[in-house]
Amino acid sequence: MDSDDEYMSGLSSEGEDNILQDESDEEGSDGDDFGFEDDEEPEPDLGYSQKDSVKKEKKSFDINFKVYHPADIQTQQDELINEVNMILDIRKEDAAILLRHFRWNKERLIEDYMDRPNKVLESAGLGPSTSGLQLESIMGFTCDICYEDDGTQTFAMKCGHRYCVDCYKQYLGQKIIEEGEAARIQCPNDGCKRIMDSKSLDLLVTADLQQRYHEILTRTFVEDKDHLKWCPAPDCQNAIECGIKKKDLDKVVPTVACDCKHRFCFGCGIPDHQPAPCDLVKKWLKKCADDSETANWISANTKECPKCGSTIEKNGGCNHMTCRKCKNEFCWMCMGIWSEHGTSWYNCNRFEEKSGSEARDAQAKSRISLERYLHYYNRYANHELSAKLDKDLYQKTEKKMIQLQTASGMSWIEVQYLNTASQALQTCRQTLKWTYAFAFYLARNNLTIMFEDNQKDLEMAVEALSEMFEKPVTELADAKLKVDIMDKTSYCNKRRVILLADTADNLANGVWSWGISF
Amino acid sequence: MATTLATKRLSKELAKITDIMPDGLTLVSATDFTSWTIDLTVLDANPLYLNQTFRLKFLFSDKYPMEPPEVVFVSLHEPPRPIPMHPHIYSNGIICLDLLGQNGWSPVQNVQSICVSLQSMLTGNSKNERPEGDTAFVATNRQRPRDINFYYHDDKV
Repeated sequence: MDSDDEYMSGLSSEGEDNILQDESDEEGSDGDDFGFEDDEEPEPDLGYSQKDSVKKEKKSFDINFKVYHPADIQTQQDELINEVNMILDIRKEDAAILLRHFRWNKERLIEDYMDRPNKVLESAGLGPSTSGLQLESIMGFTCDICYEDDGTQTFAMKCGHRYCVDCYKQYLGQKIIEEGEAARIQCPNDGCKRIMDSKSLDLLVTADLQQRYHEILTRTFVEDKDHLKWCPAPDCQNAIECGIKKKDLDKVVPTVACDCKHRFCFGCGIPDHQPAPCDLVKKWLKKCADDSETANWISANTKECPKCGSTIEKNGGCNHMTCRKCKNEFCWMCMGIWSEHGTSWYNCNRFEEKSGSEARDAQAKSRISLERYLHYYNRYANHELSAKLDKDLYQKTEKKMIQLQTASGMSWIEVQYLNTASQALQTCRQTLKWTYAFAFYLARNNLTIMFEDNQKDLEMAVEALSEMFEKPVTELADAKLKVDIMDKTSYCNKRRVILLADTADNLANGVWSWGISF
Repeated sequence: MATTLATKRLSKELAKITDIMPDGLTLVSATDFTSWTIDLTVLDANPLYLNQTFRLKFLFSDKYPMEPPEVVFVSLHEPPRPIPMHPHIYSNGIICLDLLGQNGWSPVQNVQSICVSLQSMLTGNSKNERPEGDTAFVATNRQRPRDINFYYHDDKV
């Protein structure tokens, strides 16, 4: 794992990031946390020795990250809280509030607290204390919220603002359920900055509310930390830790893979878009989504009637145009009035005239730029669609595998190659898709030609594999086809690694030259 | 449960303000516990609001007092009830006051304390103007006051 450390040290500066990364490396070597590599580079099951050697090889486009399950996140919080609790000798609840106030920056908290403990406590809502924490019933007490004085149980935090327990319950319910607050719930009293701590809360509310409270607290823990992010997959509760810095995003494409198998970019949160960097992706998606291309199409494919200005698309026929709107008759070629066209009715001999040439130039340019965009867009969209179809296919794969087991008498492990192939197809198509967006912005030079060669190799391999994969079950049972599929799968993965490594190296070294800025 | 608290609390508030209403405030109607109207005058001789009476409309949800009530000025021809000129009050009566937002609200506040706050907000004002962007806001706003994210730029006015 030495190579990992070297690679990371190039990306991130010193400090806690590195400490955390080292931890992740150690645990990663146990095997479980790096399980994603299996998904990313689905290798045919050719025996352990080869698989291990592949695992150890660190690719330059891989980044270090660690997946945290809900329990791990809780443990991390608890450890930090315990540490502060021991160093500063304060209650754990208070330590938690202080840590949240400092957005979990333990070092800054300890430093500030050592300097001016009272000021820190005050600003975090932990002002001077007056009484212990317990439920009391006090005679003659009127609650300022419900205005009742029937002597029910009451509660006050250390600020001394006392309310009845029922009102507290409703207040906390409102804050937690309706407003989604947890870390910064203040005392109900107007202007009191004291923060509700978890121990007081546990005294007051029911178990389900407590659970929701702790869920939201965990949420804020992840949201407060820059190098933690939620896995965006639906229903996934894991968080990912990655030390990538925002300023490095033009050099690295930090794809991470959650244990739920969702692969996404840590930089921008959208699904894996290697090799294209985040900014390019953002620009590309915007370009595909907004109206600018419609305008481009209009200017490339239509002309305006010289008389009334209506936009006209010529979809066939001769050059003699009659505007539907104003009945103006003109020549499509030179845009001149048709009656002045002389005798050469269906052949515009005024084409070379200077007057219209500028307009024609602009149109030609616009047409070329549109064609260029459409070239890349069509391929991008095609791979996106194919990846979706492959995904559908993947769902059918399992059925296929079971059929295969009964048809050929192969064991479960022997049909896993189909699963691996299907996953490889999806990952490679995802990569291919983004290579087209990437290429759209590239300027033409030798590097680009090499890139396109790599792209072509991968694309051909992927299409070949895709074709094999769609064969009916009876043919799949053929031993030779099985070997072919396994070979092709491994070839696809290798081509993908080569393409990504090459692109990532050039990106990190800043040697790509861009034809269109993004 | 929530309904009971809102109702109980409002009935106590109502009993208190029908008993003694602070100066400058008149309860116009409080037939149920969802909507009340109160007339308000400014207590000092601020020339901006001299001899004028303003009408406030309170809307209570069943989460009251955990949630702030919705409070707006309403205008009326007869008797004349204009919308007071104030840099934090839009011409459609919507009030930009942190006390009435989720973050500034505290359940120990009540109808009377809101009225008193508004009185002092008017008393302290010397600017005969509407908030910035009033026309655009009034023309386009379809949100309820409590859903608007006001930016409480200053507390001085």
